Amino acid sequence: MNEEKFVEFSRIQVVFGSGSGRYHALDGVDLDLNKGEFVSLIGHSGCGKSTLLNLLAGLQLPTEGLVRVAGKAVTGPGLDRAVVFQSHSLLPWLSVEANVQVAVDSKHPDLPKKQRREEALRLVEMVHLQDHATKKPGELSGGMRQRAGIARAFAAKPEVLLMDEPFGALDALTRGSMQDELTELWQSQQTTVLMITHDVDEAIFLSDRIVLMSNGPRARIAKQWSVNIPRPRTRETMLEHPEYLLLKRELIHSLNDSHFLSAA
Amino acid sequence: MTAIALETSKQTKPILDPPVNLSENDNHQPSQKPKAEVGRDRADEEKVRERLRLLVFPSVSLFLLLFVWELYSRQNGVTLPGPTAVFRDSHHLIFHPWFDNGANDKGLGWQILASLKRVAIGYTAAAVVGIVLGFMLGKLRGMRQGLDPLIQVFRTVPPLAWLPISLAIFAKSEPAAIWVIFITAIWPILINTSVGVMRMPRDYENVAQVYEIRGWRYLTLVLLPATAPYMFTGLRIAVGMAWLGIVASEMLTGGVGIGFFIWDAWNSGRVSDIIVALAGVGCTGLALDRAVALVANLVGTQID
Repeated sequence: MNEEKFVEFSRIQVVFGSGSGRYHALDGVDLDLNKGEFVSLIGHSGCGKSTLLNLLAGLQLPTEGLVRVAGKAVTGPGLDRAVVFQSHSLLPWLSVEANVQVAVDSKHPDLPKKQRREEALRLVEMVHLQDHATKKPGELSGGMRQRAGIARAFAAKPEVLLMDEPFGALDALTRGSMQDELTELWQSQQTTVLMITHDVDEAIFLSDRIVLMSNGPRARIAKQWSVNIPRPRTRETMLEHPEYLLLKRELIHSLNDSHFLSAA
Repeated sequence: MTAIALETSKQTKPILDPPVNLSENDNHQPSQKPKAEVGRDRADEEKVRERLRLLVFPSVSLFLLLFVWELYSRQNGVTLPGPTAVFRDSHHLIFHPWFDNGANDKGLGWQILASLKRVAIGYTAAAVVGIVLGFMLGKLRGMRQGLDPLIQVFRTVPPLAWLPISLAIFAKSEPAAIWVIFITAIWPILINTSVGVMRMPRDYENVAQVYEIRGWRYLTLVLLPATAPYMFTGLRIAVGMAWLGIVASEMLTGGVGIGFFIWDAWNSGRVSDIIVALAGVGCTGLALDRAVALVANLVGTQID
């Protein structure tokens, strides 16, 4: 694996509000992501996982500290860091295809219209929504919407893909097939991924590394684990791998260890 | 009627849903027919009954109104003409809306049309300025804080109170009347549009930022569709207020127009004519309201 630091969070402090409404969300977060690495972020609700993701997306700026991508400081959002939002956030008045088209048009403003259309269609097919391309998000199931959101993110051909519980709202079966599709996409595009999840199995199955955050306020990085299960992974090989149970036990233990998670 | 038939066939006979299948699946029809026909009959019956109610109940209340009014007008000392007297005195206005004897002596159709023209000009100007200003107020906090007190004061000024000022500004009655429409109609458009912009979900803003949807694309793909329901609510309230304003302002400015027609009829003691004109004003106002709602539906915005 390429060991170059591609994404760097250094000495991050995030404070919301002031006075009695002041909330110190993140206190001294340091985290590096290598190029092409798939990193999962776990931790209890309200621990600042989404805040960390928003910092990298540029949707929020740190109170102190610096976020860098490829050596350059993040100062705002951009196509190089596409986001799959927790609530899919498709534009409800546009069809699936048009939602993807928007990102394609932003990425390739100079390409002829026909080529941009073809690219959008290719992405819609990639997430198997070609039969629903002209439908509005409101006419789709939760899984389909999430897939459209992923197609839009990939349309940006991002250096970094950010996902906030992308499969949280899905049933187990859809979730499984979406995870497989995501792995395939990730391996073919070699993007760096930061994903928030509550699902320990999902984290182990998809990630190269799992990062646990302590509980807020003043959340920090509590612990990190490398996932040394060889790829390509399937659910069966994962279950049989000796590392799987050890890792899962440790993750669950750490998540439940309130003493360990609370800020010192 | 065809629309109703299509709807019911969708619910009861999915196989026959695409019209093409009607001719292609001949062998399916006999087994499908009886069941589907029963469902269709029942649904049709319900629709007919609902329509009958919508016809009967308003007719009853209209009849009651006319009846009470007629009774009241026949009391001793009452000068208000009853429905039969109105019809007797003013049926020429009802049956000949397009007569033209020159000057102000024109049919109700011409009078209303003249007023509609003024409303169209004033309302269109109010819509353009109101929407543009509404977007700016919604986006620019400083501007909002600076202008909000002024807007809150101005929007409560009654339309007629603007008239002397506008006569003083424009010195002519025609632009003054249009100005009154403009200043009456702009507030609901401006306020609703800015509220729509401010209430746009943060999610859409995030999507626009992450996916670099900017400038013209931001306006047409994100901002306009997101605020359209608020905008059209404002436009719909405004069209009603504009119509209220025109009738009032024409009473003072004179010329051809339904407002002045009513005032003129009052001065010459033609109360029956006023009552016919009022009905015309009411129906036109309703039509304007429906027209804006229709436009909203056509552009895919659902306002109630």
